[in-house]
Amino acid sequence: MGIADTYSRGRRLVVERPLVLVLGLVAVLFLLDLARKVTAGSLSVASLATFLEEGLILGLVLGLAGVGLSMTYAILGFANFAHGDYISAGAFAGWATTYVIGGLGTLPLGDLLLLGVSGDANAGTVGASVTSTPVATLVGFVVAVAFAALLTLGIDRLAFKPMREQEGIALLIASIGVALALRYVLAFVFGTSSSGLTAGDPSILTIPPITIPDFAILGFEISGVAVLRSPISITAHELTLTFGAVALLVGVHLLLQRTKLGTAMRAMADNRDLARVTGIPTESVVRATWLVGGGLSGAAGYLIVLWRGTIAFDFGWVLLLLIFAAVILGGIGSVYGAMFGGLTIGIAQNLSLIWLPSEFSTAAAFGVMILVLIFKPAGLFGGVTTA
Amino acid sequence: MSTTDRLTGRLNNDAVLIVGVVLALYALFVVFGVLIGLDADGIVSTLRRLTFLTAVYALLALALNLQWGYTGLFNIGVAGFMAVGAYTMAMLTAPVDPGAGGVPGLGLPLWVGIVGGMVAAGLVGGLTALPALRLRADYLAIVTLALSEIIRLTYNSTTFQRFSVAGAELGTGGASGIPGPVNPVSTVYYTDPASPASPPTALGGAIFDFFGGFGLENTTVIGWTYTLVLVVFVGLFYFLLTRVGNSPFGRVLKAIREDELVASSLGKNTQWFKIKTFVLGCALMGLAGILWQGSQSLITPALFLPIVTFYVFVALIIGGSGSNTGSVIGGGLFAGLLFLGPTFVGRIVDASFDLGGAPSTFTDAAATLGSLDAAPLLAYSLDRVSTLRFVLLGIVLVYLMQRRPEGLLGYRKEPAAAVDLSRRDAPEGGGGPAATDGGERR
Repeated sequence: MGIADTYSRGRRLVVERPLVLVLGLVAVLFLLDLARKVTAGSLSVASLATFLEEGLILGLVLGLAGVGLSMTYAILGFANFAHGDYISAGAFAGWATTYVIGGLGTLPLGDLLLLGVSGDANAGTVGASVTSTPVATLVGFVVAVAFAALLTLGIDRLAFKPMREQEGIALLIASIGVALALRYVLAFVFGTSSSGLTAGDPSILTIPPITIPDFAILGFEISGVAVLRSPISITAHELTLTFGAVALLVGVHLLLQRTKLGTAMRAMADNRDLARVTGIPTESVVRATWLVGGGLSGAAGYLIVLWRGTIAFDFGWVLLLLIFAAVILGGIGSVYGAMFGGLTIGIAQNLSLIWLPSEFSTAAAFGVMILVLIFKPAGLFGGVTTA
Repeated sequence: MSTTDRLTGRLNNDAVLIVGVVLALYALFVVFGVLIGLDADGIVSTLRRLTFLTAVYALLALALNLQWGYTGLFNIGVAGFMAVGAYTMAMLTAPVDPGAGGVPGLGLPLWVGIVGGMVAAGLVGGLTALPALRLRADYLAIVTLALSEIIRLTYNSTTFQRFSVAGAELGTGGASGIPGPVNPVSTVYYTDPASPASPPTALGGAIFDFFGGFGLENTTVIGWTYTLVLVVFVGLFYFLLTRVGNSPFGRVLKAIREDELVASSLGKNTQWFKIKTFVLGCALMGLAGILWQGSQSLITPALFLPIVTFYVFVALIIGGSGSNTGSVIGGGLFAGLLFLGPTFVGRIVDASFDLGGAPSTFTDAAATLGSLDAAPLLAYSLDRVSTLRFVLLGIVLVYLMQRRPEGLLGYRKEPAAAVDLSRRDAPEGGGGPAATDGGERR
């Protein structure tokens, strides 16, 4: 019975979704090849671990940024192309604050506010980093969140609110307009060159080399292997980003599951009209969604710059497609999907470096997104559109 | 009035509209040129640039109109399909033996390259369409945008800078780009088309002499010649797409746009219609890419950033999606008022007021605002007109979507019937009695 059942299910899969099967086989082949490369020694465990680590961190950031995008998508019903530029705007506001606090008294205010576009304010003179200027970093982070949240709300009032009843595509086009305007206002103020912001990022945690010693099982002598030949170091900024992102994601989870607002948001995502009929004040839920989504985008922007150490007027826009990839992979509207999708895209992009030249890593992530859209348009967490 | 009369009547109206808009733009830019103090050659080459941009944006808007305006397919990968067209053309026609540092190609004649570029763009469009058209409109948007970025990143990569297929050396040139072919227009003017230093042909010399009498440079004359070729192509695109739009095929497309379920309930294979539209539209975008960027001396991946796609969308939205006439007018208004206009206004302000030196940073510029002196900020802004242009573009886009999402001419009532359905007027003969219901007479 069990076997026959499995057989018929397998047969259905082969007949009805042959492409899914092929895709699955390709994925298995990649994993086998990965295992072969590691055992054959052409790929060291240390570099694999670095890929995974980088992927994990990028994934957390994408997830953080993606949650906001996913929430607004679920509740307002349109793909917000301006989300990437909310990220940039929040990051610029936050880092300007950090610089002003970090360098006030020693450097002119104008240079500090512009993050070293001109003058002497730069990574070396301000010396901003989590360890050397913790207060400035924390205040900058808070300002980034608050600024992005308020900016998002203001833009909603100006641009999207008058269009609340229009269909998704009209809103999508309007959001492209918002994105353009916002991005080039940033370029107008801060210039178009990218600049380094953070001073040294000390490594504070080191995973030592691991070697399995010789041992014997059931009389078989097995010689030891060095699993990890060189140490892996984790820097303060990576650690800050990881903790910050995880804390915020847990916060979003609690907000959605434990609060009345969260229930209202989930209700609106499921059925807007029904939510309104049951007496949920939809307009204030929309406002709250923008605040939370915008705040998360500001947080993501600040943490990304902290991690990468550089800022440019269009870095949020460049990240936007990756964020979309993450959100779509998890299933638009699903917050947990966005977290999961972010991690998958981040790790996939970094693991693609094993097979592809680095110039294709972004293309590989987009490719994963397109495949998901084609084979499982609802996303991996599809059907769970409970914000 | 017979059907053909009605059709020609509308065509005439539309032609008058297009010519009127173009003439108004010309007048505006002549005034701009005079205010800046350009000489005759400067003004004529300004008009050439305006016409050139109008033509290329009109071409792209027309192709996009087929997909978005007629069929409702939200394709924001226009730049990618242009890139496929232009790059394929360049790679097919590049010389087999380019010399040191050059990019080798297949050395085929130009017409093969153009046809090849269109076919390649159409094929990529078809491959995209096959799976992607099952998606919702916003997903299709993201897929096409991601695809256009994948295409650009591929042409940008060093991996395909040089490669060989079946023994033939090929290359994309990577980030530094691939040289475009010699513009065939130069063959009219120069004995050696590749070199402007060579002696002009008999015809070319005569034309140069004639226009030289008006103070025009040779490069301006050649530039205008190619621009006129583009204008002819706009006419061809317009004719082709109007025919497609008015054919039974086009009626199905409009039905899909309005309600796909109804169209498929009536027995139309809507997927197949959408795929055909996608292929045709993408092939035309490829051709537009060839005619525009292919005419540059160097084709680089940076010419195909997603912003180009958004430019085309703005042009189409201004004109009105669903209207071919609107697409052309939108191309003109976009190129004139939004793309070139701000730069010229900046130059005029710069030439007419003495604002002093522009501060180098925003904080320096804004610092004097406290003492109510806006001149430094204005000077700073003038230095960055090209940046502010994008801000203007974004605001216009939002404004249009809020106030007039159908554009200037979008979704005009287009009769689907072959016979005249308009209401007959009251019998001929004088003013006739006023309408009794108090309404206007139609």
